[in-house]
Formats: sequence, C-alpha cells, structure tokens
Amino acid sequence: MTGWANILQIKEKIAERSAEEVTASYLERIKKSRINAYTTVWEGAIDKAREIDEQGHNGPLAGIPIAIKDNISTKGISTTCSSKILQGYVPPYDAHIIERLKDAGAIILGKTNMDEFAMGTSTESSCYGPTLNPWDMERVPGGSSGGSAAVVAAGEAPISVGSDTGGSVRCPAAFCGVVGLKPTYGTISRYGLISYANSLEQIGPLATCVSDIATLMDVIGGHDARDSTSIKTETVYKDALADDVSGLKIGVPAEYFGAGIDPAVENSVWDAIQLFEEMGASWEQVSLPHTSYALAAYYIIAMSEASSNLARFDGTRYGYRNEGENWHVMASRTRAEGFGAEVKRRILLGTYALSAGYHDKYYLKALKVRTLVKQDFDLAFKEFDCLITPTMPTPAFKLGEKVEDPLALYLADVNTVPINLAGVPSISLPCGFTDGLPIGLQIIGKHFDEATILKAAYSFEQNTEHHTRRPAEVA
Amino acid sequence: MVYENPDGVRIGLEVHVQLNKLNTKLFCGCSTNYHDSEPNTHVCPVCLGLPGSLPVINERAVEFAIKIGLALNCNIVEQTQFHRKNYYYPDLPKGFQTTQYDYPIASGGEVSIEGEDGERKIGITRAHIEEDPGRLQHMGSIDKSKGTLINYNRSGMTLIEIVSEPDMRSPKEARRYLDKLRSILDYLDVFNGDLEGAMRVDANVSVFYGDRVEVKNISSFKGAERALLYEIMRQKNHIRRGGKITLETRHFDEARGVTISMRTKEEEHDYRYFPEPDLVPMRVADKVPEVLKTLPELPDAKKERFIKQYGIADMHAKALTSDIKVANFYEHVALQVEPGASAVWVADILKGELNYRDISVDAFKVEDMVEIIELITGNKITERSGIEIIRTILDNGGTPAAIVKEKGLIKVEDDIVTKAVTEALDENPEALQDYLGGKEKSLNFLVGQVMKKTAGRSDAKTTREMLLERISELPPK
Amino acid sequence: MITKEEVEHVGWLARIEIHESDAQAYAEKLNAVLDYFSQLDEVDTENVPPTYHVADIVNVFREDVVRPSMPQEEVLANTEKKQEGNFLAPKIM
Repeated sequence: MTGWANILQIKEKIAERSAEEVTASYLERIKKSRINAYTTVWEGAIDKAREIDEQGHNGPLAGIPIAIKDNISTKGISTTCSSKILQGYVPPYDAHIIERLKDAGAIILGKTNMDEFAMGTSTESSCYGPTLNPWDMERVPGGSSGGSAAVVAAGEAPISVGSDTGGSVRCPAAFCGVVGLKPTYGTISRYGLISYANSLEQIGPLATCVSDIATLMDVIGGHDARDSTSIKTETVYKDALADDVSGLKIGVPAEYFGAGIDPAVENSVWDAIQLFEEMGASWEQVSLPHTSYALAAYYIIAMSEASSNLARFDGTRYGYRNEGENWHVMASRTRAEGFGAEVKRRILLGTYALSAGYHDKYYLKALKVRTLVKQDFDLAFKEFDCLITPTMPTPAFKLGEKVEDPLALYLADVNTVPINLAGVPSISLPCGFTDGLPIGLQIIGKHFDEATILKAAYSFEQNTEHHTRRPAEVA
Repeated sequence: MVYENPDGVRIGLEVHVQLNKLNTKLFCGCSTNYHDSEPNTHVCPVCLGLPGSLPVINERAVEFAIKIGLALNCNIVEQTQFHRKNYYYPDLPKGFQTTQYDYPIASGGEVSIEGEDGERKIGITRAHIEEDPGRLQHMGSIDKSKGTLINYNRSGMTLIEIVSEPDMRSPKEARRYLDKLRSILDYLDVFNGDLEGAMRVDANVSVFYGDRVEVKNISSFKGAERALLYEIMRQKNHIRRGGKITLETRHFDEARGVTISMRTKEEEHDYRYFPEPDLVPMRVADKVPEVLKTLPELPDAKKERFIKQYGIADMHAKALTSDIKVANFYEHVALQVEPGASAVWVADILKGELNYRDISVDAFKVEDMVEIIELITGNKITERSGIEIIRTILDNGGTPAAIVKEKGLIKVEDDIVTKAVTEALDENPEALQDYLGGKEKSLNFLVGQVMKKTAGRSDAKTTREMLLERISELPPK
Repeated sequence: MITKEEVEHVGWLARIEIHESDAQAYAEKLNAVLDYFSQLDEVDTENVPPTYHVADIVNVFREDVVRPSMPQEEVLANTEKKQEGNFLAPKIM
C-alpha cells in the first residue's frame, strides 16, 4: 500500500487507514529489502505511530515515516557512522533536527547506511557492507548518504535526511534518482551531527519530490543556539514553490562539463538547460576558473578537520575498545582496528597536512584556494541567479570499481565539492536516464537563496516526468 | 643594595587559574559547582565530548578574561578565535583541547612585586582562555599505576593561563609573584582560590642563563617554592658535576619534593593547532569599554590611597591591601575609629592572629574590632587585654563586652593605681633607695608590686610612668 | 614524498597503530594522494587570505546560565570499563 510516495500521498493513506498501518507497511518492506540500506531499524516506530493515531498530532509531519543517516545522534537509538569504532554506541541525546522532527510528528523508521564517517562516494566503506543501488543492484547508490537516498528510491521511506560534506547528499540523490538538497552552510543546526569536516558540512533532506524537500526544510531548518555557526533566517521554504522561471538568469560553468564526463549525462543536462530556456529562463556560459583546484583544496581541508574530529574515538568512553599495556597503546590499537582503511588514510593525511612543517604547504594553502573558489562563485552570482551543472559526471558506477583506488573515488566529487567550499546551497534532482540509471541535475544558488533553486527545481519537475519513474522492483 | 643573582637564575611561570566563580563551564551549561560531588555528575554531551556535540562560548568567561587582562596591565586583542590543540590524553574527551593560539586575549602586561632588592616589574607575556581537561587519578604512581580513573566533572571548566616572562630571580620572587597574582584575582572576584585546583603552576627554570627546564604538576604556592628550590639545586649540582642542562619537561612529585624527568614518547608533541571550526571569531575589543567599568580598584592603587587617605605607614598599607577582604575590613573599621590605631590593630595584631590560625578575616566582626579599639583608646582596657579579647573571640566566640566582663579586664581607676603607688613606695623604702642610687631594676620591682596590688588591671607602662612621676615629686632627702 | 618513517610517526601522532610491514603500503597510497594535492603549488595565493569560515559572523555567545547535567549512569552507560563512578582506563605510560 505504500512505497514510493510523497508526503501528501502518505497523509491521505494515514487519513484513510492509520499512521500505525502506514508505518507497519514500511517496516514490512524494509524487512524484505535486499539493498542493505538500513543499519538499524527502530522497533519503537510502531508504538510511536500508534501514539499519534491515538492522541492526534497536528504537526506538519504527523505520522510520516522518515529515515535518518547513521551519523545523526538519536537518543536511545544506535548511532554508529557505519563504523566498527562506534559499535554499541547509543547516544543519550537527540540531535537538534531529531528534536524538530519529533515535534513535527515524524516517525523515525531507523538509521541508514553510509560510507564510514561519511568519507566516501559509494557507501562501500560501511562496516555493515555496501548498500545496493535500487536501480541496479550491481551498482553503488552513491555516497556517503547512500542509505538515505536508496531508501527513498526503493520506497523504504518516503523521506530521509543525510549530510553533505562534499556532495554526500547530492551524489546519492543523483545516483538513486531522488531529490536532495545541500542547504547554505549555517541553515540547519549541526548539533548532533557527528562531525567529519565541520566547516564544510550541512545536514540535507532527501525526498521523491521538490515539494517534500521544502516541507522538510521548514521543519529542520532555522536557528539553534547550540550550534555557534547556525544562522538566523526567516525563510519559509514552502513559499518558494512556484512553477515560474521567467526572467531567471542561469549560468552554465564550462568547468563542470570537463574531461571524464559521460556523454549521456552531458546531453541530459543540456536538454534540461534548453527546457529552462523554453520555460522562460535565459542562460549563458560562465567560468569558475579555480574549479580544478577545488577538489585538492577540499580534500586537504576535510581530512585536516577530520583528523581532529575523529580523535575522540579512543575507546575510553564509548564504542569499540581493544586493550593495551598502557592508554596510548590501547588507543592506537583501538583506532587501528576500529577504523576502516579509507578513514585511517584520511586521518593520516589530515594529521600530516596539519603537522609541523606541512601546515602551510597543505592546510593553509588549501584555505587560501578556498577563498579563490568562493570568489569565483561570488563573481558568478553577481551576474546569475543560479548555476546549472551535472551533479555527477557519470551515472552510478559498479560496486568494487573504485574501492582500491582512493584517488579515482575522490575525482568523482569534482562537481559537488566546490559548493561546500563556498558554503552555497545546491540541489540535485533527476533530469534523465541512461541505460536505466538516473542522471542528476545540479542547481546551485546564492548564500541563503534556497528559494531560487527550489523554485527552479520545482518548475523543472512540474514540466518533466523523470521524477515519476521508479526502479523496476519498486512497483 | 642590588641583588646580583649569583647563579643566574631565571624563572618564568605559567599559572592556570580556574574561573570557578562563573556559574557554568566554558562551552556548556554544566554547573561549575562540582567540587564536593560524585564523579561524572557535572557533565553533558558537550563537556564529555560525545559525538555530534558542539561548543558555545560562555560570554561571561570572555568578560572575566578581559577583566584579568586589564588588571595585569595587558593589551586586549582586537579580534581572536579559539584553536584546537591536538594531542591524545585520556583526560581530553575530544582528543584536543580548545584553547587560544596566535592571538591570546591579553598580552604584554606587567605586575609589580616586592623583589629581592625592592620593587620589581614582572612581565606578563600573555593570558589566554582555555578549557580544563578532566581529572585523572592514577591507581598508584603515574609511572607504575595499575590503571587510571577518569572523572570529567572538571572537563570544560574555564581556565585562564597567565604566562610570565622569565623575570623572577629566586624562588622567593616567584612566590611573591604568585601571591600578588592571587591577590589581584581575588580583587577581581573571578575565582575562589581556596577550592582544589583553582590555581595550578608550571614553571620554567634555568640557571647560569642556560637552557630552561619545564616543571609541571605544581599544585600549590608552597609547592611552587619547594619545586623551584629543588630544581635550581638539581641543575646547579648537575652542572657542577660536569653535566649539561637541556630542554626537557619534568614532573614535580609533591610527596617526595623532587622533580622527575618525563622524557617519553608521549612527550613528543606536535599540536597541529588550527582554528576551531565549530566556533566563530570573537571581536573582543567591542567588550572592553563595558568591562572597564566593572574593573575594581586594584591592590597597588588601594595601597596608595590608604597611605594618602588614612595617613598610615607604607608597611601597614601594604599588609592591609594584599587581601581584598582585609582591606575592606580595615576600611570599615577606619571609618569609625582612628585610622592609625585601626591600621596597627588590623594589620599587626588581628592579621597575625588570623594567619596563625589559618583563617580568613570573615571570622571576625567589624563592630567587635571597633569596640576593642575604642576600649583601648578610651583607656578602658590594656593593650594586652585587647589581644586577649581577639584571641578569645577567634577561639571561643563571644563579644568584647561579655569577655571584658567575664574576665574582669576593665582597667582600674587611676586613683586606685595612685593609692597602690603610694603604698608600694611606703612599704618598700629600700627599693626606692636602691633605685635612687642607680639600680634601674628596682623600679621594675616596684612596678610589679603595684600591679600585684591592682591584680594586673593596671598596665605596666602607665604604672611605670606614675611611679616615676611620684618619685620625682618626693622631697630630696 | 612521505617516507615509511614519516608514516610511522604520523601514525603515532594520530594514535593509529601501524605495523612496520604495512608502513610501506601506506606510504605508497598516501603519496599518490599527496602528489595530487601538490597541484595546489601552482596556484598563486600571494595576498589571498585563508577562509576558515564561510559565514561572516562573530561574537556568538551563550549566557552564563546553568542547564541540567546528565545522571551518572547515563554518562557511563556506553562503556563496560568503569569503577566507582569513574571511567576506567589503563595506566598512562
């Protein structure tokens, strides 16, 4: 009775039947699932749904099931970042967005699989094994929020949240054919989001349609005094939804169509741009000259911050622990065994990039390049209302294809990381298919101007059918 | 007299002051009032470093830091931010310490102390804010323990680290510097120095102007003086035996009174400082005007004012102003009775009795002090009785009036003394003759006789004066 | 180029035990990435300030008001290694 559905459809179902039945049917689907998208299914979901049926609730998400990426702290529900090192860790507190979601009446179905500590583009580095792409089970769902995108695509949750440090919401959204938003840095409180690279990441919503993204943003966005980088905004995201792009000035940065781009991806994106033009927008090419350096700068910054953020996992207070003859040996052994290969590589590289003698060459240099990347965007946005690019240069790749070659994996993020360096908002939505695999369109906006990209995405969706297509197994 | 510093001793101190008068910790709302609590009862996701938690700066902690910087005559930085100091230790729940790095909140100040040869200025290099780690308890000694117990109640408390220039030339000067610092901080009302761990000291020590050795883990002022004396002696002996002093960190073992080398792999540090991404910069300069308004009169200024306003001696003014509570006590007394006498009674006598008992001036009432001084200046009781009243109040309680009555301390009337003088001279003619013949001691005998007759209620000085007066009036024989 | 010895040193700094036999393999993988990073050398960043924060905000503070702490059993709930209300760790050195 449920599956691939939007909030409106679920609300009708709840009115018709009950929140309990809706939740039960999702739990049933999850039980039968073959894509390994959940790390934990929350047993309490049914009771919560029944409670909403019995007591009534008039929140915007009353009775709506939702899946949460496993790096967002949920009180009483295991939160592991898909890492062995957080095995058995049950947080004693809720992240800010979890409080907001609960207040809004949402039902947490469980936690979703991810690349370990959000470090990846394929969800293959999870200690629980990879999540499979619902469109093709031999392929990756993207990452790092692969589980959050896959559950929406597979109808195992109507909406979900992920986190986006360098594309981790948009990449899996593109690979799984769903909509995902990386909001402006500071829009959603990071309180309770387990840090990978604090200066870059934001929590972001995923859904089957743009409208649900706006609904979720209205619930989870907004100021929180517990996050010092949280910004006071008054945006009502729902208000942005209008099928109207007349006069919209679109910039198309040539650098985002570079070497290695799949021709089908390129064609689909140009088709989309053409459609925008037909709908009344105008477009022009623009150059963001420092784009090619963004990737290196991004990885240096992310790894440096990560090396410090992940220092707390030493086995002393929670999570995995192996003993040693003294505390330092205990910590070294715990970390060597508790972290996976890619996480360890990034910690080592980040430690190296910050260490005496290399700090200026790597870390400081990367932050200066970040300034240049940001300036490229500032300049482009003086002329354009938004920028349009492919989200990913290719459709979803095969499982195991890039596992052994970290650099190849990093290169896949070439179109998503500059956005995080600049802190601007960006949305990915389906704009076509190739060989049965979805293609993602990326619309990038100005700081705090989610309204413009939501409107553009909504308009595109109203005039296309891509978002209605479902994976064969999800009828 | 110029102090020549024959051994070329240079001492610089890093003092960690815990701002325990704040209500909450530096980055979270946990109460600072944990000193008598069970372990791990004053912690939350933030100060326990739980995954996903984020810090938010306590505004008052920043104001306190500015206040301290101003009181130490420092420049206050325009804008600054917190940094992460990355190193692994089980008392650090996040695996890094949030502290300040290239732009400390205050720098370039000075403090004047009573040095080996008069007043000296000790340079303040910098003062910055940082968070306190948790508390480790080694089951056994640090190098041979069976395990480590960790209590995070202290984790996240606000510390101000005050770093001095290596301007002190002896453990005594170091001690005076610490006393002065404590005095200033008490004046600012930013901490309670009596609480455990409120002030902790690391010292840099060198002799013969050589390489410095860092001595850590000094937890009291007395300990600081001892640690420094030991370390200077150790370095001198080492050099005398042909050794060389090189940069190293040593750990002060308070129980044994010695410093132990800490050179281990754990000590190879590379802190990888970088700005804390979870906090935004602070424009500190914006806050200075407001904080300036809250800055109280400080010890040096108060001393000068006391000298001028009350006409008291420099020595008394210094003694009265080193402790803000004593200074306030004195002022209350001096407003009611003669300031000069008040200074003598508070600085010389009361303070001595308090120090002897190691208690604060809070234990004594201003009105009692006033009453005692009035009794003495009104010639109602003797000075000795005054001291006795103070001691009785401190040891057993009571009021001056009640003690005077109970112990019969009221001075006898002059005519009774006059009568006793006459009697004593009449009854002891040979003593009088001896005195007139040049035997000074005989006068003491006569004084004793008078006091015996008055049961000690006349004082020796007055009795002596009255005797001499009477003798001078006697007709020559 | 990061050497095998540097890998071991960085491993110690990051408290990640690296067996001597693995250090060489680590060095090779890390060098491939560091080599890629070195392309930043060609960017002229003279007079370019670093961007630590994308949001241009300052002075975010909290009032000095006490909020409830966690009960002790909740603090210690995620570990087996505890003693009399304390976390229990091996000796330091």
